[in-house]
Amino acid sequence: MQPVLEGGGAIDLPLQQRVVAALRAYLPADAVLFEAEQTRPYECDGLTLYRQLPMIVALPATEADVREILRIASALGVPVVPRGAGTGLSGGALPHAAGILLSLAKLNRVLALDPEARTARVEPGVRNLAISQAAEPFGLYYAPDPSSQVACTIGGNVAENSGGVHCLKYGLTVNNVLAVRGYTVLGEPVEFGSAALDGPGLDLLSLIVGSEGTLIVVTEVLVRLVPKPALARCIMASFAAVDAAGDAVAAVIAAGIIPAGLEMMDQAATRMVEPFVKAGYDLEAAAILLCESDGTVDEVAEEIERMSAVLRAHGATRLAVSANEAERLRFWAGRKNAFPAAGRVSPDYYCMDGTIPRHQLGRVLSAIRDMELKYNLRCPNVFHAGDGNLHPLILFDANDADSVARADAFGVEILELSIAVGGTVTGEHGVGVEKINQLCLQFDEVTRAAFINIRLAFDPTQRLNPGKAIPTLHRCAEYGRAHVHHGAVAFPELERF
Amino acid sequence: MPTTPQHLPELAHLVDQVHTAAAKRQPLTIRAGGTKDFYGNTFHDNTAVAERLDPRSYSGVIAYQPTELVITARAGTPLREIETLIAAQGQMLGFEPPHFGVGATFGGCIAAGLAGPRRAGMGPAAGAIRDFMLGARVLNGTGQVQQFGGTVMKNVAGYDVSRLFAGSMGTLGVLLEASVKLVPRPVTEDTRRLACDEVHARALLSRWARASIAMSASCWSEGKLVVRLSGAYAAVTHGIAVVGGEGLSRAEATVFWSAVREQTVDFFAQSLPLWRVSVPATADSLALGAPELHEWGGALRWVATPLPAATVRARAAALGGHATLFRNNPGGVAAFTPLSQTQQSLESRVRAAFDPLGIFNAGRVHANAAC
Repeated sequence: MQPVLEGGGAIDLPLQQRVVAALRAYLPADAVLFEAEQTRPYECDGLTLYRQLPMIVALPATEADVREILRIASALGVPVVPRGAGTGLSGGALPHAAGILLSLAKLNRVLALDPEARTARVEPGVRNLAISQAAEPFGLYYAPDPSSQVACTIGGNVAENSGGVHCLKYGLTVNNVLAVRGYTVLGEPVEFGSAALDGPGLDLLSLIVGSEGTLIVVTEVLVRLVPKPALARCIMASFAAVDAAGDAVAAVIAAGIIPAGLEMMDQAATRMVEPFVKAGYDLEAAAILLCESDGTVDEVAEEIERMSAVLRAHGATRLAVSANEAERLRFWAGRKNAFPAAGRVSPDYYCMDGTIPRHQLGRVLSAIRDMELKYNLRCPNVFHAGDGNLHPLILFDANDADSVARADAFGVEILELSIAVGGTVTGEHGVGVEKINQLCLQFDEVTRAAFINIRLAFDPTQRLNPGKAIPTLHRCAEYGRAHVHHGAVAFPELERF
Repeated sequence: MPTTPQHLPELAHLVDQVHTAAAKRQPLTIRAGGTKDFYGNTFHDNTAVAERLDPRSYSGVIAYQPTELVITARAGTPLREIETLIAAQGQMLGFEPPHFGVGATFGGCIAAGLAGPRRAGMGPAAGAIRDFMLGARVLNGTGQVQQFGGTVMKNVAGYDVSRLFAGSMGTLGVLLEASVKLVPRPVTEDTRRLACDEVHARALLSRWARASIAMSASCWSEGKLVVRLSGAYAAVTHGIAVVGGEGLSRAEATVFWSAVREQTVDFFAQSLPLWRVSVPATADSLALGAPELHEWGGALRWVATPLPAATVRARAAALGGHATLFRNNPGGVAAFTPLSQTQQSLESRVRAAFDPLGIFNAGRVHANAAC
């Protein structure tokens, strides 16, 4: 049994029996799970440091089931935690000891695909990659491609505003979802957005996307599809110093190029993945960049030439351009398998998700190197360089309580540094339970009060995914007392914006 | 902790004005250059009651590093100043906003939420204002300064409130500062014009979009389809071969797209009620028996007609969209399509989260929006 950072609340058995009886009056028996051996698979999401057995798991198969479960939960005053595939990395789907875990995985139908309008209407449990597979016969695909796209669902993507390696050019979930429908916590139907490009009134869809299941339960999503580019080619560029690679990224952007993907891996990361994927990475380079172009054959040729010239002029020591699709996929294999590779070289890893202004890259990576010594843990870095989203992978051993504590403190220090240099604690993985304390640092009290008021506007009962995404004022007050020593904050010399 | 910007002297009088107004329950009309006075419910502006709040004193660019592809500026900054500054670095606003007059400000542009011809373009350089919003500092209805989002491209900490402010028409609070994502200007552009009817134009635009033709704008009116191609040389050259038609000179093209964006083309020079109908691009014809001008690949349709609002709105709804009475309100017609009861009450609660006393721009969007 691994040590856990949060959770472990006891189940109130009489309450459980009452809620099970109410749900089974509507749902078939196999759609309501409550025995520990059945609910155990739901005790955590992709962030396994946090575990909690749910009181009940409900498995609706239709939109009507979802509505009914919400109404029953309301009548009994029970919290509801929505869950997609459970691949999230911030504990956003961590169950509630006195709540219903609402798994939307069975709502997995592609309801309509309109190639003329380039849209697909899907249920929330449809997997991200399954949308692109359904669109493929029409030469279309769904652009956001989080690393977990084989397994993660569109409902989870909406909850987290997921990105991916191509979001620099193609945008995040918020830029690719046209509309959602669903239910409030009370089971009232709601719709936001439309197939038209705008609507009357406030753009509440912007709040729903990235709300981590705290505002509504989504039961249908209308996504935008884009034409599949005829060709993609990738440059692998080596650099003798991490800073030089960072400068080259800035130079590519300054040259007016938006690459389809622009990723960086430091030497620790390339040396970690190369033995497993044989991507052909330059293991002597301090950092490598993967820089991709997509479009028509001529367009790609033109862009690859421009990008190569910029990279060469900014200190690339070696350039390799993928000659064919197999080679391009090999270049990406290392990057896309960085997380599993970390799992092979270390018993456990903890993936951070801060985003920083690009010009702070050198400073932040050098601070992380110092932290490796301070906490005596290794930390390879993979980095969505184009948009400043860092994924330091802290390697630790979950069976060693001291190692867990050091990994946790290491993570907190990276998050706080991300805020201090003008960035954010989470670029794409969400706040969940993991980063809820750091939100107390990133936003001042009046701003956090606005978040709480928005939550109350949608869910006055505060039963939808409680304890996630938005900290209570009380929690921040407690955290502030524990965190601020001698009236000083971390990195007081830095300007905050 | 984030700095408390209340200490800035330029901000102090705005904060004071809201504090005083809140104490007296004094309605405030947020208005900078007044270039979009015509937009929304104009009959709400009971000047005998509402006091003016003018954010233009809070002006200036705060941060602009071209390699970060982000600009942060105060709301009162002239929009023209921002566009000139970033153009000198080969960058632009991906939403190509209309100014509708020389006094247009950055904040007013965002609050109105109106995007120009590039709105429905292909690729990363095009979109709505909300697609480019990264952060906002705002003054709420109780005189508190709040800061949402930030300056980085990917940020999922807290609700995405800065996007919500785009198009909120000043009904949530006073936008003080905003950070928006910028895009590089295209390597090259070319504008083509060809004769075709409405249905054929829609079919062509849909086909070209599916074929990834590098369209950055379209305009159909009076049997003529005009398409702007933007991007790499190879992409534009390929686009010209596919789209065909006759080419406009660079100067002609600049004048044309500016006139479409600013609504100075002849189509807009009339006194009938002008409707802005937003529908899915592939929706059937409006067929209201009046001349139309279409943008955004057919997703934005302008029509000038004396028909009753209910008729225009019913047709827009049947096609999956909505209709806004944009200009020339004959008097008393609600500018925006009324919301359902559920939507209305949800919006009211969200507004109240920012402006609990309902002092900002009450009635500008929905007549009964005040709380």
